[in-house]
Order: sequence, then structure tokens, then C-alpha cells
Amino acid sequence: MKFFYLAAFFILTGANLALAQIAVKGEKIWTMAGEPIVNGVVLIKDGKIEAVGTQSEIKIPAGYKVVNAKVVTPGLIDARTVIGLNGYLNQPHDQMALDGSTPIQPELRAIDAYDAQEKLVEWVRGFGVTTLHTGHQPSALVPGQTMIVKTTGRNVEEDTLVQTAAVAVTLGNSGLNQGKSPGTRAKQISMLRAELIKAQGARPDAARDLKTEIWKKVLAKEIPLLINAEKAIDIMSALRIAKEFKIRIIIDGGSEADQLIKEIKEAGVSVIVHPTMARPGGDRESLSLETAGKLKAAGITVAIQSGYEGYVPKTRVVLFEAAMAAGNGMKWSDALAAITIDAARILGIDGKVGSIAIGKDADLAMYDGDPFEFTSHCTGTMINGSLVSEVIR
Amino acid sequence: MTAEPLRLDRLELSLHFRCTFPENPTNRRLRMQKVFTVFFVSILCLTTVVMAQKESTAFINAKIIPIVGQPIDDGVLVVQGGRIIAVGDRKSVKVPADARIVNAAGKVIMPGLIDSHSHIGDGSGADGSAPIQPDVRIFDGINPRAGSLQRAQTGGITTVNVMPGSGHLDSGQTLYLKLRDDAIKVEDLLIYRPDGSYFGGIKFANGTNPIRPGGGTFPGTRAKSAALVREQFIKAQDYREKIRKAAGDASKMPTRDLAMEALVEVLDGKRVVHFHTHRHDDILTVLRLKQEFGFRLVLQHVSEAWKVADEIAKAKVPSSIIMIEAPGGKLETMDVSMTNGAALEKAGALAGFHTDDQITDSRWFLRSAALAVRFGMSREKALYGMTMANAIMLDLADRIGSLETGKDADFIVLSGDPLSVYTHVEQTWVEGKLVFDRSRPEDYLIAVGGFGAGSDRVFDLDCFDGDVYGGGK
Repeated sequence: MKFFYLAAFFILTGANLALAQIAVKGEKIWTMAGEPIVNGVVLIKDGKIEAVGTQSEIKIPAGYKVVNAKVVTPGLIDARTVIGLNGYLNQPHDQMALDGSTPIQPELRAIDAYDAQEKLVEWVRGFGVTTLHTGHQPSALVPGQTMIVKTTGRNVEEDTLVQTAAVAVTLGNSGLNQGKSPGTRAKQISMLRAELIKAQGARPDAARDLKTEIWKKVLAKEIPLLINAEKAIDIMSALRIAKEFKIRIIIDGGSEADQLIKEIKEAGVSVIVHPTMARPGGDRESLSLETAGKLKAAGITVAIQSGYEGYVPKTRVVLFEAAMAAGNGMKWSDALAAITIDAARILGIDGKVGSIAIGKDADLAMYDGDPFEFTSHCTGTMINGSLVSEVIR
Repeated sequence: MTAEPLRLDRLELSLHFRCTFPENPTNRRLRMQKVFTVFFVSILCLTTVVMAQKESTAFINAKIIPIVGQPIDDGVLVVQGGRIIAVGDRKSVKVPADARIVNAAGKVIMPGLIDSHSHIGDGSGADGSAPIQPDVRIFDGINPRAGSLQRAQTGGITTVNVMPGSGHLDSGQTLYLKLRDDAIKVEDLLIYRPDGSYFGGIKFANGTNPIRPGGGTFPGTRAKSAALVREQFIKAQDYREKIRKAAGDASKMPTRDLAMEALVEVLDGKRVVHFHTHRHDDILTVLRLKQEFGFRLVLQHVSEAWKVADEIAKAKVPSSIIMIEAPGGKLETMDVSMTNGAALEKAGALAGFHTDDQITDSRWFLRSAALAVRFGMSREKALYGMTMANAIMLDLADRIGSLETGKDADFIVLSGDPLSVYTHVEQTWVEGKLVFDRSRPEDYLIAVGGFGAGSDRVFDLDCFDGDVYGGGK
């Protein structure tokens, strides 16, 4: 076992040194930018995708290190998690995704709490996850910001793609404040509207205020609200907020989103659906294994998340959650899109990641069979052209 | 033949109860009409069921994974009176001439899954009054209508060990239940021995869950935890000795003590100890206790089994493991490994799986086996761990766990490879009765989720389509 890790270490180091040029050959390559390629190859130069096509079309130039895989997909994107802010030990010292002092804290930055070397970051990287949309957990009305980060695992400065991706909002039971405000759904909406109205009226020459600064960006549509809303009543409230303030929102969770397909479509809103295997209960009582598939089939852009877990498992793995959707009626390629290109689109990073296309970051996941089969293995994960994981997981 | 009249007795009783209405004094006449209707329909139901029990059913053209013995490609399974009367390939099995034939072409049939550690059924156990409460029975706290029992049926689970929690050194007695349909009382789910007693174990735990610093009588350290348990077993040894000395003389018997009675059953090997334990040192502590007091044991969770697999194998103790898709969640599971199944298999130890529902969901219990295979366990041992290994741990290996002649007709019909994410449990059969059928909309809802899926079971008369609530729904 030790030898194995040692070998892996040298391979990784070697790969990093030889970052420049790599050819990844796959029996099947799901580019997510067109039909899958059989017996394909991806050429990588300086961390970016240089070419992609069949092995007969593309000649591997001399000096390229060749990596073989059975199935290649874009590096997976977990569209909503708390990994890195919350750690695997679940002890007070590694749980940083919620400050309970007050219910509205849009100024809390995820980058100030993200631990790039957290064990869970390495864990999901081993299953092919290369990008996380992570941040404060849905347990307060406005728990804080989210960020987008690669799972490279070096440090927050190097790994971060987007410092402030969204401001998280929690509607419904999870966003109530025990014994204090907000104590009801109606109060949640009242408090949220009051915050946004206050920011609208803030004078440009007023003294700096961290809350106002971030709300201004939301009102200017620079940053969306990521609104955790599970029940239909909460989803409707979220859509109303978006309409009233003309802001961008993303629905997070959406257990009952299949009841509001028409409304969500008309509002042009995307949904990052709860983990497929999330436990039914509370506001999620009516969740279904088929929701992501139904929304996508109706034309809504859908991603699938690993979400927030308070206990065991401390994180879910988005690969398994998408697999379960594929096993329950979601079109196979739609399920893969929900953790690659569609997730990238929702997060606004599809120019950089989410598909295997020329000029994009060379983030790849490699498998020894159908990635969605529970018995398949992830055989390698590549970020920016570096093999960052070669454990067989 | 002895089991059959029993089953019918229970059925009659259950129908009687099922036809009782909630009180509704304003609508008495209508209610009486309905009672008569339901009574009539019940007799029809009963007649049908009796016929079903006598008639044999043959599932043909299936791929059969009997667990004991090799998979059979062109398999036939014949069930009658709640039992398996034949299983084998088409050539070796003679299908009775009057058998109902079910064409299972393209399907996979395997034994009903056995979950050796679950919390379905809304069960409760010990309260906060003491760390060791062997007197408390989950038997007295099961809700036979709990929706969680139905959800487990959709996952192909036919037998389950329901346990109280791990917040005590001993949180009480567990129950082994058959997930039969239409139970109205816990007795309808029990598995009886010939002497009329029912199967169940007892739950123990060590590690951090039962430790409550400053918690009065609860332990504050691991050493204290072990000492408290040893003290109780020594007390039980004394109690047993008093009973032995009394030699049947009632006047010399010790005063009845429910806790001691349960622990004497443990010392006598009649009640298996299901010991929640995570860390390698805690696992070895359990083995040490077993050696001292000689109780029969199943290690539960065993998160660090991979560190002490040889020791577990040497002690000849079975393990019931859980597959969790990420490490941690609490300190003592930081080193939990998905390789536990493979490590135990390699060491030659008996390993089964459990859901610990709701830690993992009963509806996709088969996924546990698939993940174990992903991390190095053989397919054969993984499927064995879902069925036969657990049957052995629950002392039920002569009745369930494999498809063999004479065993209970507990089996599942799958759409394909049991380890594939694309496979669904299509039917679950318990003792020859279909308890889950994915093609029924109400069953599908429970399997997949959606509005109403979380509700507890409502009255459901198979051949009565009326309004049993008397007031409209």
C-alpha cells in the first residue's frame, strides 16, 4: 500500500513537471459538446484543451505523454456543496459554513473559510469532481456567500475560479431562526425584501457597509441569489422576489419544483436539484428520484448537487447522485450534463469548464466503465492538464 | 403444514380489524351498510387468499441467483403455501400441472434482502434514566403502519433487525421482523420459534455515542463504559446462578428482574448481542467482553474493520457493515473505509450489510453491495452479505437467506443485474405474498418519491375499493 502511494506521488509530481503536453486516449469520450467520440483523443497543451477528436483524425504529436482511459468525461462539477467550509470530522473547529449570530449575513465570504486541503476535497476529487460551487450552508435566511473553486487542493488563492459566485438564501423551515426572527415564512420574505429595499435606497456617498456592497451587486445582476427553496410555496416566493427586484436567482433544492414547471420556465430560472438520494422529510418530504429528469425534459436547465449534510455521510458524491437520476428516468446524457456542462452554464463558468472543447481548461475525469455504474471506478482526475488523482476509487 | 393454519388465524384477525371504522356517530346507518359490505368483501378476500395459499406458483425463464449454489440461467422457482417447493433449472424442476405460471424472462430472482441493522418502524428503546436498560423492548414501541416499513419493501428487504439507538451502552432488546403486508400490530410482523417465542437480539454500543461527560450514571470514558457493562454481566451471572440453585423451587427463585432476565438470555446464548462499535480499539474491547462472558455476538458498523480484520476473523465473530460514501461525520468514523467488506472477506470473516436506515435508505440497499464490490469485495460475497450472511447472524439461516427447497418464499424480482444502478426491484415477495409491485401506482410512489410518499400506511383493502374512512377522503 505504501509503495502504491509512493508511486502515485511520483506519477503526480512527474505529471506536474511534464504539465506541458498530454494526450488522453479514451475508448469513449463524452465531450458534452456534441456526440460522444468512440476511440477518441484529447490533446492538452499548457493546461488547456488543444484538440479533441477520433484517434484516426488526430495524430498525437511527438513528445506528448499518453494517458489511456476507457471512458473520459469532463471533470465533474458539484453545483452546490459546503465542502471545504465544512470538514469531514464534523467538529466545531471544522464546521465553518454557518455563523449563527444573526440571520442575515451576505457579507460572509466563502473564500475566507475554504480549506483547500480538507479531506473531503481530496475525497470527491478521487471520484472525478474537479469543480465545486461551495459556500455557506442553507441553515439561515442569508447565511453568506458561495464561491467556485477547483478541487486541486493546494490553496484557496490558486484554486479559486470565482470569489463570490452567489449569495445564499434559505427559505422554509431550514431558514427559520429558533425563537427569534424570522420565525415564519412570511417573516422571511418580509426581512429579505426589507434588506434589498434598504440597499436600493443606499446613497452612493454613504460610508462603506459590507452588507450594502454585496446587495448592490445582487441588484445590479452581477451576482445571483442562490435561493434554497424546497416546497412549492417557497419556490413561488423566490420567483416573486426575482420579479420584484429584477434580480438573477437560482433555485437550490427544488424538491417540489416539478409542481411549478410552467412558472419556473416562464421566469427563466435554473434549478440545482437536491441530491437525488436525499432523505425525504421536513420540507423535503415530497422529493422524488425523478425531479431532475422531469425538469430537464421540460426544458429547464438543471444541475444536480451533493448539498449539505449535517452528519453521515458528511458529503454526498455528485457522481452517485447523477447516477441515481440516470437510473430513474433521466436521460443518460442529461444526467451527465447536470454535473458537467449544465452545471457550468448555471454557474456562468461554461466558457472555461464543463465540456471537452478547444480552449477550455483541461479538466477531465476517467473511468474504467460506465461512470454511473456503482461498480465502475474513477481511474484518474485531471485539472488544468495535471493528473491530480490516480487513486482507483 | 403447522405454519399454515397459524397464518390463516392471523389473517382472519387482521381482516376483522381492517374492517373497523373510525367512530362517526352522525353517519351510523351508512356506516352499518359499509360494515356489511366490507364483511362480505372480506369473506371473498379470505377465500381468494386461502386458494392462493394452496395453489403453487412457478416463476419460469428467470435468471435465479439462489445465493447457496451457482446462479441458474434458465431457472424455475416454485412456491406454495408460503414456502419454496422447488428451485433449479428448467430441466431439473418439474412444475406442478396446476401451478400458476409466471413468465419471468429477462428478470433476475434472488432471495429477499435481509437488513441486519435498521431503525425503520418508528421504534424506541431505552430512555435517559440509565446507560444499561436490557429490560426495554423495541417490541413495545414499533408502529406497524410506519411508512418506513413500506419503503423497505420497495428496496427488496423482506427481513429486518430493528434496533433501538446507540446512545446507551445497552438500549434494549431488538426485533427481527418479516415485512409482511397489512400488519396492524407488531405481532403480525414477528418471526416465531416453534415454542411460541419470537426472534430478537439485544443492542449494545461502545465508543463515543453512549459517553455523556457529566451525564450522571452514564459513562464519561471508554474504560468506564467497559466497566459498567462488565458489572452488569457479573450481576446477571449471579442471577443465573440463583436460578440454577433454586432448581425449579419457586420459593427459592430470585425476585423477578426484567433486566437480569434479558441478560441471562444473553449469557445462555438465546439472545445475540448486536454491538455498535466503530474504532479498532473499541472493536477489540467488544471481542474482549465476549471472551469474558461468552455471549454470542454480531459486530455492528465496524467502521475500522479493515484495521483489525484478522482479529475479527480469529474470534470467529460476524460483522454487519455499512457502506457510507464519505469518511467522517464524527470523529470515530474518520477512518471508515469502503474496503471493509473486501478486508473481512480476505480475512475469512463473515460479513453482512445493513442500512442503519435512515443513515442509508432501505430503498437502495442493494447499492451497498455494489459499492463494496467497487472497493474490492467479490460479487458472490457481496450478494451473500445482503442475504445469507445476515440470515446466519440472525439465527434464521434455516428459514431465509437463500432460495432453497423448504425455505420461506421470500424473494425479489429484479429488472436486471442486482448491482447495477439501472436495475429496479420490481417485486418483493414475503412468504409467497406479493408485498411490493412496482407496476402498482401506489407502490411506485413509495419507491420513487413524490407527494404522499412519506405518509404512513393507510387502510388498503386489496379487493375493496370503497371509502373505508366513512367521511370521505
